[in-house]
Amino acid sequence: MRATAADGARLRVTAGSRPASQAFSTEVTEAPAVDSSFLEAWKKAAPNIDPPKTPLAFMKPRPPTPSSIPSKLTLNFVLPYQSEISNKEVDMAIIPATTGQMGVLPGHVATIAELKPGVLSVHEGNEVTKYFVSSGFAFIHANSYADIVAVEAVSLDRIDPSLVQKGLADFTQKLNSAVTDLEKAEAQVGVEVHSALNAALTG
Amino acid sequence: MAMAALRREGRRFLLSSASSTPITARSAISNDRESCLFGARSISTQIVRNRMKSVRNIQKITKAMKMVAASKLRGVQTKTENSRGLWQPFVALLGDGFSVDVKKNVVITVSSDKGLCGGINSTSVKVSKALTRVYSGPEKETKYVVLGEKGKAQLVRDSKNRIELTISELQKNPLNYTQVAVLADDILKNVEFDALRIVFNKFHSVVSFPPTVSTILSPEIVEKESEAGGRLGDLDLYEIEGGETKSEVLQNLSEFQFSCVLFNAVLENGCSELGARMSAMDSSSKNAGEMLDRLTLTYNRTRQASITTELIEIISGASALEG
Repeated sequence: MRATAADGARLRVTAGSRPASQAFSTEVTEAPAVDSSFLEAWKKAAPNIDPPKTPLAFMKPRPPTPSSIPSKLTLNFVLPYQSEISNKEVDMAIIPATTGQMGVLPGHVATIAELKPGVLSVHEGNEVTKYFVSSGFAFIHANSYADIVAVEAVSLDRIDPSLVQKGLADFTQKLNSAVTDLEKAEAQVGVEVHSALNAALTG
Repeated sequence: MAMAALRREGRRFLLSSASSTPITARSAISNDRESCLFGARSISTQIVRNRMKSVRNIQKITKAMKMVAASKLRGVQTKTENSRGLWQPFVALLGDGFSVDVKKNVVITVSSDKGLCGGINSTSVKVSKALTRVYSGPEKETKYVVLGEKGKAQLVRDSKNRIELTISELQKNPLNYTQVAVLADDILKNVEFDALRIVFNKFHSVVSFPPTVSTILSPEIVEKESEAGGRLGDLDLYEIEGGETKSEVLQNLSEFQFSCVLFNAVLENGCSELGARMSAMDSSSKNAGEMLDRLTLTYNRTRQASITTELIEIISGASALEG
């Protein structure tokens, strides 16, 4: 199950690519080799029941890292309620990571970024689509695929500025009057989100 | 009622209203239970009629339940399909985690609260039990967290001491992500785990719901696996942005992954439950229809036999009078 000598050779081939991809025949053998040990263990434990499926079976495999930098970034932006953008080819995406706004271009180094509340903008040719996202995660893979998973996202024109101001004032006041750690943390979160909203609307 | 009183007194009377058939009153005489007491050869049509009425009611009820399930399914299905994109980024990053061997497994079985939904809860429980066996071994332990009453009822029978947490009435209000996030938080706080295996029925179509297992590894195991190489070996190549340390980000990542995958799992299971209920109620109403047909034939045969008996009696009586 762990990297045996035989697997070592295959692993070298697949080192730079997504584990889930099965695009080339050299990589096809890797995935079943890992699962077959599970299948054997399953057959011993429960011979009469079909083994359950796993999420990999339901997902389209991702292409491996190409040798040259591709011209477009393939973006996936998903929310719990819908996939906002799926497999769209864009030029650039600016994501609000906790360390600041991060611009993602094709060929970006593989990164796992935690997101803070802020504005996500997607640049495609001349058009820019902006969303305000609450927190989430962004994965940028070596093959110029970017996955952004957020909890909530709204387009900027749906935000009401007066409510933002009011919310900001409310939460700042709560932060000042907070007693317990939990209240402080909640008020802090509220202040952060509302100031980010404010910045999004003005900037 | 009049008929009941007459039956009690054991009297045979002309009862024109007893049967719904428009024949002469005399044929209705023997159509009640006392004919059995007198050693009659046929089943009383009253009994058959009662059975037919109840079977017809059952058919109506199951048909109505099927319609209700179908209408609910439409709503939940759109939600489920929209949420399917949610777990794909995590699997693309972290792989399947299926064959990763860990010491503490927690199997989360997602089942339904209400019954009459075919065999989906039994398949989930069977798969969970088999998973426990697969992952058993020295120094390893597997615990259960059960969502839903039906799964709890089945698992309590033989694995009572291994159930850590049970949650029910999940589907009472329409599901949303916040609710599932709170639930995930609860589970994470109360249960120690190295790997979480969520067992649920994935909704393929109205007639197919294969059981599926999604795995979430705890952040420590993810780090260990990424250092060991193998499927998660690429994880080291990723730069980590945000957070102070890599382990903090991995912790957040694992918790976020859990809530997303759980959200999708519960939605899919809800969809499968409605689909299974639809097909179960459909076959039930079909069976009721067939039963009704058979009963109608029996009823007609009985009725005609009693008419024939009457006629024979009359004619033989008349011919006896003539000489």
